[in-house]
Amino acid sequence: MTLARVLDARRVDLLRVTEMVTPGSRVLDVGCGDGELLRLLAEERNVDGRGIELSQQGVNDCVAKGLSVIQGDADADLDDYPDDAFDFVILSQTLQATRQPRRVLENLLRIGRRAIVSVPNFGHWSVRVQLVLRGRMPVTEQLNHSWYDTPNIHFCTITDFIGLAKEIGAVIDRSVALDQQGGQLSAMWPKWTWNLVGEQAIFLLHRGSRGNAGAAGAETSARIAG
Amino acid sequence: MDDRVPPANGAALQALCPDSLTFRVDSPLALAMESGATLSPVTIAYQTYGALNAGKSNALLICHALTGDQHVGNLHPVTGRGGWWETMVGPGRPFDTDRFFIICANVLGGCMGSTGPVSLNPDTGEPYGLDFPVVTIADMVRAQALLIDHLGIDTLFCVAGGSMGGMQVLQWASAYPQRVFAALPIATSARHSSQNIAFHEVGRQAIMADPDWRGGRYLTEHTLPSKGLAVARMAAHITYLSDSALHRRFGRNLQDRVARTFSFDADFQVESYLRHQGRIFVERFDPNSYLYLTRAMDYFDLAADFGGSLVNAFRGSPTRFCVVSFTSDWLFPTSDSRAIVRALNAGAASVSFVEIETDRGHDAFLLDIPELIETTRGFIDAAARARGLA
Repeated sequence: MTLARVLDARRVDLLRVTEMVTPGSRVLDVGCGDGELLRLLAEERNVDGRGIELSQQGVNDCVAKGLSVIQGDADADLDDYPDDAFDFVILSQTLQATRQPRRVLENLLRIGRRAIVSVPNFGHWSVRVQLVLRGRMPVTEQLNHSWYDTPNIHFCTITDFIGLAKEIGAVIDRSVALDQQGGQLSAMWPKWTWNLVGEQAIFLLHRGSRGNAGAAGAETSARIAG
Repeated sequence: MDDRVPPANGAALQALCPDSLTFRVDSPLALAMESGATLSPVTIAYQTYGALNAGKSNALLICHALTGDQHVGNLHPVTGRGGWWETMVGPGRPFDTDRFFIICANVLGGCMGSTGPVSLNPDTGEPYGLDFPVVTIADMVRAQALLIDHLGIDTLFCVAGGSMGGMQVLQWASAYPQRVFAALPIATSARHSSQNIAFHEVGRQAIMADPDWRGGRYLTEHTLPSKGLAVARMAAHITYLSDSALHRRFGRNLQDRVARTFSFDADFQVESYLRHQGRIFVERFDPNSYLYLTRAMDYFDLAADFGGSLVNAFRGSPTRFCVVSFTSDWLFPTSDSRAIVRALNAGAASVSFVEIETDRGHDAFLLDIPELIETTRGFIDAAARARGLA
């Protein structure tokens, strides 16, 4: 059975995330939903996985499936975890729904030796077209909420995210951009093309030697190592 | 209420001669208690279900609540009713007796055969009464650990329990982290709240205000403070339910009458129900035991043993935890469970946390609530896989 078959085609990003995780590692999935990624990681990477999920129903479903999950949210509950508690902390398609994305990202890098963050790209051409030509807040297949009921309060583009990573002194070890069909964009393409045609991007990061010192961003530039 | 219940009631008989397995420690200084007292001999009455496997890796200890006992999965010898957690314990149930060796022991200070205030004081030949040393949750767990040693079990696959049983689960995980593979504390707290101590004090005062209590010497003097104990139970029982559950069940309905009687009879169904609860409790529970066990809960404050830090109580714990609370439980509210979860997270322990939506109050942990059953099944099965138990 291929992995793709067990996954919703729209969540092909989970496969790319899974590939970034070292087998046997300790993983925290922040915003783990119904536990699909945790299950995939347990099966494919034999990880010691934990989850945090906002919806209590989602949590209860996860625990009934035997997953280690607590109710909580990325803004409030990451503070409780000690430094380096996990090998990987994953935030999949959730950063844009947090109240303080910068603080959340800093916490991910603090409690995990590596962080994996996937973000929907608000710089995608279809988004730009809707805003510029139609004058309407964009609604796409992936970002399918109207402006008044969206949980996504802090959208960013791929370029924006790289900028934030740079600002807080994070080092980007790997990055992947996916198009609307889940196809992987060439790592050889310049990043502005990712920002135009990538529907989402996935980043593998770790904190730089200057830690979370955001002001020192000029010295600890974010590197992209394809 | 009948105040002529004979002193040799079911509770007293079970206390001295239980329908259970017993384990007796006779050696001097058998049990050093938290108060500084020592207790000897110590008897632990317990029940087991299922079979211990060759590797002794499938033992699951259930800790009972304040008025529970070791009869978790069989007919109760006094009441004749089913085991108190039969929704959980049995073949194919979450605590599967086909797969696990299940142990449930009457707590130290209890009245169903483990050493407690009803037991005979070897120094006097009479029941201990108030000469029994004050028991703590840690003492109960230490006594259970002696039993587990006696059974030749090194590591328990799981320790599970609700309410006071949950306190014992937390104490087990904190005191013996290497001996607890998985822990399931339900509807409990790492410290008893001021409000809960207050309710317990009302119950104790009701017992001690009964003239038949006789300063705790009622067994020797052949009386029984049954009214006091019944009132204590009535007050406590309210705290186990919820406003909406009581209203749904009883409303303002009248009991066997069409109009108010303008008296202090039990006009309302809820009054009649509470009086009944008080009455049947007296038949199976010892008043002094009630004093001691409520005190044990009052004294429980796990963080206090670790310099005020609950994180330190669990730091580096290898145990897998699943913490469960109920939305309508105002005795052990979800905030108490969250405090445990936060501490476990800060200690980098493995923890799941489930809050179950129900209006049935604290007692929900004893009831057939599908989400509780499924949560427990999911947690236990995953832990069993991790433990190599099919």
